[in-house]
Amino acid sequence: MTRAPLLDVKGLTICFGGLVAIDGVSLEVQEGEVLSLIGPNGAGKTTAFNAITGYLAPSAGEIRFRGARLNGLKPNHIAELGLVRTFQKTSVFGGRSVLENILIGLHLRSRQQPLAIMFGLPSVAREERELEAEARRILEFAGLAARAGELGSALPYGEQRLLEIAVALAAKPQLLLLDEPVSGMNPVETESFMAKLAEIRVLGITVLLVEHDMRMVMGVSDRIVCLNQGRVIASGTPAEIRRDPEVIRAFLGERYARAQS
Amino acid sequence: MKNALTALWLAFLASIPLWMANPYVLHILVVTGIFIVAAMSLNLLLGYAGQLSLGHVAFFGVGAYTSALVSLGFSAQIAPGMVAAMDPKPVWSAMAAAILVAGAFGWFIGKLAFKVRGAYFVIVSISFAEVVRLVAVNWVELTQGPMALNNIPPLTLWLPGLGEHAFWKKPENYWLVLAVAVISYIVIRRLVHSRAGRAMIALRENEPLATSVGIDVTRYLVLTTVVSAAIAGAAGALYAHYVRIVDPDVFLFIYTVTMVIMVVTGGKGTLAGPIVGGLIFGLLPETLRAFAIKPEAQWIVYGVLMVMVVYFLPEGIVPAACQWWQRRQASVAAAAAASPSRPAQ
Repeated sequence: MTRAPLLDVKGLTICFGGLVAIDGVSLEVQEGEVLSLIGPNGAGKTTAFNAITGYLAPSAGEIRFRGARLNGLKPNHIAELGLVRTFQKTSVFGGRSVLENILIGLHLRSRQQPLAIMFGLPSVAREERELEAEARRILEFAGLAARAGELGSALPYGEQRLLEIAVALAAKPQLLLLDEPVSGMNPVETESFMAKLAEIRVLGITVLLVEHDMRMVMGVSDRIVCLNQGRVIASGTPAEIRRDPEVIRAFLGERYARAQS
Repeated sequence: MKNALTALWLAFLASIPLWMANPYVLHILVVTGIFIVAAMSLNLLLGYAGQLSLGHVAFFGVGAYTSALVSLGFSAQIAPGMVAAMDPKPVWSAMAAAILVAGAFGWFIGKLAFKVRGAYFVIVSISFAEVVRLVAVNWVELTQGPMALNNIPPLTLWLPGLGEHAFWKKPENYWLVLAVAVISYIVIRRLVHSRAGRAMIALRENEPLATSVGIDVTRYLVLTTVVSAAIAGAAGALYAHYVRIVDPDVFLFIYTVTMVIMVVTGGKGTLAGPIVGGLIFGLLPETLRAFAIKPEAQWIVYGVLMVMVVYFLPEGIVPAACQWWQRRQASVAAAAAASPSRPAQ
């Protein structure tokens, strides 16, 4: 592939004091693909996520999105560029209604300025109507339209996770970073989430996924990068990763890998 | 229906000076009204953006001093060989200056709020108010210190049909405060029901998630403190031109506490909260005075009532009333759904 990658991470290193959480990780995400980041607990997947989205400052290395350097940018600037993330721990605005959650997510798509708001200009009211219509379309897409009036915290767990992704979609990402979106979902919910992810791809959104559920990872990914102890130990298509001895060793241990060979 | 109720309620409030002849009652209403405006401004910061500022009285006092000084004129040395002087200006422009200067202080505090959060912000805001108070006490050349600024002129405004009108009388001041309160209410309501208000609420509810969808936390914290401080400054200016004397006691911590009590008991983060809380805790001491055998008793009752509100209605009076009303509506609807089936059987 000769096209410039959408996201280009080079030599990313993150230290917490003396602990090297991420050690020279490089990865590229191509436009339109679903790339999964896998690895045992503590491999540094979420840490890498936090660095890419500006929640953590990298100790070394470079992160570029469409050629623009992301190092040192604040999370909200990175979101403005089109990288939007979700969180490992379910994260919604629990005290607000489902519709309001989406309206908050639409922040970047609205243009109203404080003075115009305070003077009550008609353009503000017009935009508010458009935003609400757009929010309802997004809820329709996420399959949460019937829940619009309920509080975010009142939704069952699986739907809260959907809401979280709907909020991220409202911010109009070009690259969507999902941190363990199906953790805690039952198999039926996971199945329907995989279908939803396919629909998200159709919208032209590139996805970087961190996930433990291997059935889901193998089912949706174009490519997989496997991390262990802060290093990339393998990358390739799902079929390649499944056979990779390093990956098997990392996940199942030395003895299992020997028994296989 | 809702608009009609609002209009009716406003008409009632506006009519009070027409049938209430007792000037003392009007005085209490004017002062309570000024405090309600200040409480509404605090609610924007505390209730919507979730920042506890225990120095809110500083904005109120800065507004009062600015408006008083601009309308009286001043001359003070700011540095060796540098004298800042100003001739008396029309009072309406003094009030505008109060709003701007208080807003500028709000900008400064908003920038600080981004650096220091939570308990640290509370401490910084208290210190800020204390520093402003000490300046007011000690910079005698400018503020007259504890001797106070006297003979502050009443507010003058050009009104259609009246020309340049000075607000000397109590009923006029009552209407003036009511007008400022209504304008502040409308501005705050527009703000919280907009992109800006949603951003404030989002950063209160879940800051990492708010930034992940592109909300600039600094920008909206600063916007909130500027608007909040400007409204508090307007309230301070109203106060200065109504009581017509300003001394450093306007910066007393107890006034901030009063505002916080009004917001928290009424219901923080609700539009009606500071109004309900302000009416109750502004008028209560005066109402109790009529029943109290001894002056101490009224403050004991006041304190007990406050503790009871916070204990039984921790969310505040307005949210509790809303929940009660919704439950009632739901049970009425359930009863209505159950009863028509009976005749059919």
